Amino acid sequence: MVSKVTIDENRCKGCGLCVRACPKKIMQLSKTKLNEKGYHPAECIDQEACIACASCAWTCPDAVITVEKE
Amino acid sequence: MNTVFKKTPVLTDTIMHYCPGCGHGIVHRLVAEVIEELGIQDRTIGFVPVGCAVFGYKYFNIDCVEAAHGRAPAAATGCKRVNPNNIVFTYQGDGDLASIGAAEIVHAAHRGEKITTIFINNAIYGMTGGQMAPTTLVGQKTTTSPYGRDPEHCGKPIRIAEMIATIEGAAYVERVSVDSTPNIRKAKAAIKKAFQCQIDRKGFALVEVLSSCPTNWGKSPSEAMDWIKSDMIPYYPLGVKKDITNE
Repeated sequence: MVSKVTIDENRCKGCGLCVRACPKKIMQLSKTKLNEKGYHPAECIDQEACIACASCAWTCPDAVITVEKE
Repeated sequence: MNTVFKKTPVLTDTIMHYCPGCGHGIVHRLVAEVIEELGIQDRTIGFVPVGCAVFGYKYFNIDCVEAAHGRAPAAATGCKRVNPNNIVFTYQGDGDLASIGAAEIVHAAHRGEKITTIFINNAIYGMTGGQMAPTTLVGQKTTTSPYGRDPEHCGKPIRIAEMIATIEGAAYVERVSVDSTPNIRKAKAAIKKAFQCQIDRKGFALVEVLSSCPTNWGKSPSEAMDWIKSDMIPYYPLGVKKDITNE
């Protein structure tokens, strides 16, 4: 199964609730990037491990996460 | 690629003004998704409160009215009665609904108005800077209870869902929480049922959502979600408080 998590980085506020929700522990707040608002946006560090459960997207208060799978 | 999850078109592209990790954003999205799934976007009218959700009309891609403080159920009553085909909901916080608007919500329920109310309980006044609300827990520190809420002086927190459930005109009352993904899914099911209750003209429906306010609680977004589970849910038990929609 191929999954894809896409983050709308400039809308992300870096709250980290997706990091908390992810059962595979593959979400993190970027250590290198800053977005337009000055937050560290969330990122998926291992797309291959993603099971497309969309827990991250369900918990995101700003609806910035899109989850797809093949 | 099949899309498993993407932002509903019933939310606008405006970036919400809420603090990072605020539960309002989650509940906004759930309400918008329910409106999309029920196919009622073109005939739904929202009534937003005074409080943090005051700018709700910028985020919902539907017609919205900004009501006077606490008066959303009264304004929604008029809107619904003029055109009963409209789907009318109010979205209110605890400062709005449980304090200044307590009379309006009780009487809207009492009259059995065919409207839906989404009640956000985050145990504090958010917009005005974290003052004590009627729903603030005993011992909880706020800017107006710096030593913690003293029940001797301020009474105990009010349980709105249980109170509304005792009213004859209420058809469906449930309390849900957004502290975890399973509970967020349950919250969406409850909100959907509350809208369905109105579509079926069963009576007044209210969903109380336990939500977080990381900024005014002085916690990180993750700690705030943990606090809902450890402190709020024991006092505000989740579950259906009244359901006569099958009768």
